[in-house]
Amino acid sequence: MAGESMRDEMIEARRPPNAHRGVLKWLQRNLFNGPINSVVSVITIGVLIWALWPFVQWALIQADWLGDSRQACSGEGACWVFISARFESIIYGFYPEAARWRVDIVFALMAGLLAWLAIPKVPGKRWAAIIAVIGFPIAAYILLLGGHFGLMHVSTRNWGGLMLTLTVATIGIVGSLPIGIVLALGRRSKMPLVRAVSVVFIEFWRGVPLITVLFMASVMLPLFVPTEVEFDKLLRALVGIMLFWSAYMAEVVRGGLQAIPGGQEEAGKALGLNYWQRMGLIVLPQALKLVIPGIVNTFIALFKDTSLVLIIGLFDLLAIIRAGLTDSDWLGFATEGYVFAALVFWVFCFSMSRYSQYIEKRLQTGHTN
Amino acid sequence: MSQATATSHGDTPMIEMKGLNKWYGDFHVLRDIDLTVKRGERIVVCGPSGSGKSTLIRCINHLESHQQGEIVVNGVPMTQDVKRIEQIRRNVGMVFQHFNLFPHLSVLENCCLSQIWVQKKPRAEVEKTAMEYLERVQIADQAYKYPGQLSGGQQQRVAIARALCMRPEVMLFDEPTSALDPEMIKEVLDVMVELAREGMTMLCVTHEMGFAKTVADRVIFMDQGQIIEEAPPETFFNNPRSERTKLFLSQILGH
Repeated sequence: MAGESMRDEMIEARRPPNAHRGVLKWLQRNLFNGPINSVVSVITIGVLIWALWPFVQWALIQADWLGDSRQACSGEGACWVFISARFESIIYGFYPEAARWRVDIVFALMAGLLAWLAIPKVPGKRWAAIIAVIGFPIAAYILLLGGHFGLMHVSTRNWGGLMLTLTVATIGIVGSLPIGIVLALGRRSKMPLVRAVSVVFIEFWRGVPLITVLFMASVMLPLFVPTEVEFDKLLRALVGIMLFWSAYMAEVVRGGLQAIPGGQEEAGKALGLNYWQRMGLIVLPQALKLVIPGIVNTFIALFKDTSLVLIIGLFDLLAIIRAGLTDSDWLGFATEGYVFAALVFWVFCFSMSRYSQYIEKRLQTGHTN
Repeated sequence: MSQATATSHGDTPMIEMKGLNKWYGDFHVLRDIDLTVKRGERIVVCGPSGSGKSTLIRCINHLESHQQGEIVVNGVPMTQDVKRIEQIRRNVGMVFQHFNLFPHLSVLENCCLSQIWVQKKPRAEVEKTAMEYLERVQIADQAYKYPGQLSGGQQQRVAIARALCMRPEVMLFDEPTSALDPEMIKEVLDVMVELAREGMTMLCVTHEMGFAKTVADRVIFMDQGQIIEEAPPETFFNNPRSERTKLFLSQILGH
């Protein structure tokens, strides 16, 4: 039937064939669709069970959960009594017991603010942002450090455990992102001096190991400043961590800036927007959205690397658990301690990862041009 | 107020270029350009690719900077001063080949952005203006969609509305239909013809010769960075004087 042809009636849209649903159908189509695939599936599942079963048995089935001393440990599986007995110090470090309610309030405020900011349906985001940026840091500072309004002063030497880890991570994250953005813009600036300063700053901090930065902050910095000025050890570590990670952040953000077509800035220029408006309203919102995976990757790395503060004598979550291992009542529970520390870190990092994926989906606005 | 408004009425030309020269490195892209655009004039600029026509109109709002000569836009001489450049840009609308809409903002927000941040107008008024212009380019029903959800022709019409929202005194079009599928070219040209009828001063770089015949007061032919021929469309198309123009016309009209 080559040659001429024509159609009078248009074809109606139909549903695709084989729209199978259900678990069994899925299993059949994806794991057992043919002999080779079935064998591979069975072997994979077998290996997984074989590899994970001893751990499950140790960590869950044969584990001891209840009790308040070493006598509660049967020795067959993990003894989580070690964690529960030391739980308070894992959370608060050496923070005086009488003042721990202040830490609780800060935790609660932070959780509330995070929920307010993170859940799209809750209204008043502008207020949440203002409180999170201005109100919360002031409140946390007053509550945690004390010394005002009749609150007992608690030196940062007594801070520790999860509370210290979260403090360092939060300040590191909140501080490094804006500094990183400014550095990234600086590195792309047309002004040679601004560009040079940014490049040198980024390359210096990126080229130095974080451990070195922390050592320098705690050992070398006091040599250079007059003795009467006493810098807080935690503050020094915080500044070091912030500057170190801002260099990484700058490069992540720069990657995003470079991916935005030049036409976007030109359109902004043509409309009469000035440099900061073009950056703040057009280029950065798109660039940051593009590099959410990279930013969150850096956040996660930062969060985990907070445990390095233990080398300058700060007792973060990991260090406080390690300290617990040397307790003569609890010798030999290193595995439980490290597994628990790993679990806590994993929960926080995995949450960040999931939330970033959710945000990426939410910010999707169709194809970019 | 600034000197722009003081001189913006009367007989001052909309755009005046004298002895304009520009180089990219050693490459001489614009050579001794003299061009005056009167108020309400519609000019079509054409020429082979690489002839400098886009560069020429991009100099008018300083997306490109020139090295020699002077440009006066709406009575305001162009300098390197950022404030001065921004002042000029507020009076000059531009439409790009690739639309350059902001993909992270809705159509409506695209039209509101510069009104809010540059003109500092209240939100309600800004949205009203935006809807008016979206209505005029017949795309108001898509106001809450994102650019990525629209067709090329629709995007370009939004881009025109976005530029018009700033109530510019002159509109620059940089090959506005070159990136469009054939069936979408007409909807954009219709909007441009309408705009021309309303008396907008327009400078269009385009290969749409039909458009040039319909609305242009003058057609400018450029090659190798210089203006080769300048004539009303009837003369330009029927009795071109230069050999280059004849060759160019035979190439684009000869199929």
